[in-house]
Amino acid sequence: MNSDVTIVTKKQTTQPVISLNKRKWLKRIAFYSTISLGALIMIIPFLWMLSTSIKDQGATMTLPPQFIPETITLTNYAQVAESFPIWKFLFNSFFVAVTSTLGQLLLCSMAAYAFSRLHFKGRDTLFLIYLATLMVPMQVTMTPQFILMKYLGWLDTYQGLILPGLFNAFGTFLLRQFFLGIPKSLEEAAFIDGASHFRVFFQIILPLSKPALATLAIFSFMQSWNNFLWPLIIVSNQDLMTLPLGLSILQGRWATDWNLLMAGVVISVIPILAVYLFAQKYFIKGITLSGIK
Amino acid sequence: MVGDKGWKKWLVISFFLLPNFIGFLVFIGIPILTSLGLSFTKWDLLSTPEFIGFDNYKGIIEDTEFWSALKNTLLFIIAYLPTVLIIALGIAMLLNKNMKGRAFFRAAYFIPVVSSWVAVSLIWKWLFNPTYGLVNYFLSWFGFVGPDWLQDPQWAMIAIVLTSVWKDTGFVMVLFLAGLQNISETYYEAAEIDGASPIKKFLHITIPLLTPTTFFILIISLINSFQVFDQVMIMTEGGPAGSTTVLVQKIYNHAFRYFEMGYASAVSWVLFLIIFIVTLIQNRLQKRWVDYEQ
Repeated sequence: MNSDVTIVTKKQTTQPVISLNKRKWLKRIAFYSTISLGALIMIIPFLWMLSTSIKDQGATMTLPPQFIPETITLTNYAQVAESFPIWKFLFNSFFVAVTSTLGQLLLCSMAAYAFSRLHFKGRDTLFLIYLATLMVPMQVTMTPQFILMKYLGWLDTYQGLILPGLFNAFGTFLLRQFFLGIPKSLEEAAFIDGASHFRVFFQIILPLSKPALATLAIFSFMQSWNNFLWPLIIVSNQDLMTLPLGLSILQGRWATDWNLLMAGVVISVIPILAVYLFAQKYFIKGITLSGIK
Repeated sequence: MVGDKGWKKWLVISFFLLPNFIGFLVFIGIPILTSLGLSFTKWDLLSTPEFIGFDNYKGIIEDTEFWSALKNTLLFIIAYLPTVLIIALGIAMLLNKNMKGRAFFRAAYFIPVVSSWVAVSLIWKWLFNPTYGLVNYFLSWFGFVGPDWLQDPQWAMIAIVLTSVWKDTGFVMVLFLAGLQNISETYYEAAEIDGASPIKKFLHITIPLLTPTTFFILIISLINSFQVFDQVMIMTEGGPAGSTTVLVQKIYNHAFRYFEMGYASAVSWVLFLIIFIVTLIQNRLQKRWVDYEQ
C-alpha cells in the first residue's frame, strides 16, 4: 500500500514510475515462480500417484510417461479391494486413531489437572519423572512392550494396538502447561459455591482448554494414523492391520505393480488429507506447539 | 480447599491421577527399566534370560555392523538436516510476506507432512524407479542418465535423504513461520531508515532473532533423525549391501528378526545415550549462538 502512494506522488516524472513498476513486476514474477515451483514439487508426486492409480499396468511402463492416461480405469481399486481387506484397514486405522485420541484426551487432561491443581506430596518429583521419559526414544520401550503384549496375549488385538500408545507424557505435559495458565479465580468462586473437583474439571477447566485439547487431538490422531512401527511389531493378522501396515504388505505382494500399489496409497492418503483440509488451522497450530511429528 | 482432608482428598487425587499413572507405569516406566535390565542378558524369548554382564555392550563395540549403522545414520543426518533447514527457511521467508494465495501455498507445502511415511515412501519408490520413474525421466530432459537409485549403494541413501527432505520441508517451514512472525516489525523499520539492504537485514536482524526457533528445530529434528526408520524400511529395508541400514533398522532386525532381545535392548540404550549426549551438548552450546534478547 505504501509504495503505491509514493508512486502516485512521483507522477510528474514519468520515467522512474515505469522502471519502478517494471522492477516491482519483475520481483513479483520471480517471487511467484519460485514459490509455485516449490509447490509443484510438493504436489506433482501426489498427482502422479493419482494418475498411476487409474492406469492399466501396461500404461505404467511407457516412455515418455503418460501424465493423463489414455484409458482411465478403476479396476485397480477393485482389485486392491478384492485381494486385501483394504476397507478393513481403513476402518482399523480410523477406529484405532479415534479411540487413542479420545483416550489420550481424557487420561492426559485428568492427570494434567492433578499435576496443576491438586496438592500432594511428591507431585513435582513425579511430574519430573514423567518429563524425563520424554527423552527416551520409543525404540527403548518397544521390545519390553512387545514382550508384555505377548504375555498378556494381546498380540493381534485392538487393545494391544491402542493401549500402550495412550500413556504418553507429552500430552500430560502440554495440557498441564495450559491449565497452569488458566486463572484460578474462576474455580475459587465455584468452590465457594460448593462445587466439587469433578465439576470444576468438567465444567470450568475443560471448556476453557478447547484450543489445547484440539491441538493434542490433532497431534495424537496424526501420530496414531501414521504409526507404522508398533503395528508392524504386534500385528500379523490382516483383519487387524491399519493402513500403513496394510500398504507395506501390499508392497510385499505387488512389488512392481505400481498401478495397484498407487491405488492402495490413494485410499490411504485421501481420508487424512480430507481431515487436514477441514481442520487446517488446528493442524498447523498443533505442529507449531508440539514440534513433534 | 474443599474436601482436602484425609481419605477424601486421596480419593480425588486417585480419581484424576491413577488411571494415567498406572498406564504410565505399566507401559512406559517398567518397560524402560526392563529394557535396561534386558540389555545385560541374553534372551531369545523362549528360554529363560541369561545374565551376561556387559557382554552385549562389548559385543556392540566389536560389531562392525553397528558402526556402519551408526555411520549411515550420521550420514543421513549430515545430508538431511542442513538441506531441510535451508530450504524450509527460504520458503518460510517467501511465505511470510502478505501475498495472494498464501493459504493455498502453505497448504500445498504441508500435504506431505500429514501423509503417512509409508504412503510417501511408496510414492517416492515409484518416482525413483530407474526406467519408468519420473525422477530419471526429468533428468533425461537435461541429458542425464539417472542412476538406479534404490539399488545402487552410492545413491540409495541420497534417495532416502531427498524423500525425507521433501516430506519434512513443510513441517520445518511452519515452525520457521511461527518464529518469523514473532520478530517485531520495528526492527526492520529502523533498519530501513538507516538504509540497510535486504541482505544486511536478513543477516543482522532475521538470522539472529530467529536463533531461538532454529535451536528448537535443531533439537527436535536431531532427535527425530536419529530415529529414522519408516522410510528406510519401506524403500530399501536397509539395503543394498547394508548401505542404508540405520540404527533403528538394526534394533528392529535384532529384536524381531533374530530374536536377540538382550542385544537389541543394548543397542537401543546406546541410541538413547547418543541422543541424550547430543541434546546435552546442544544445550551447552546454545549460549554461544542463541539470541534470547527479544
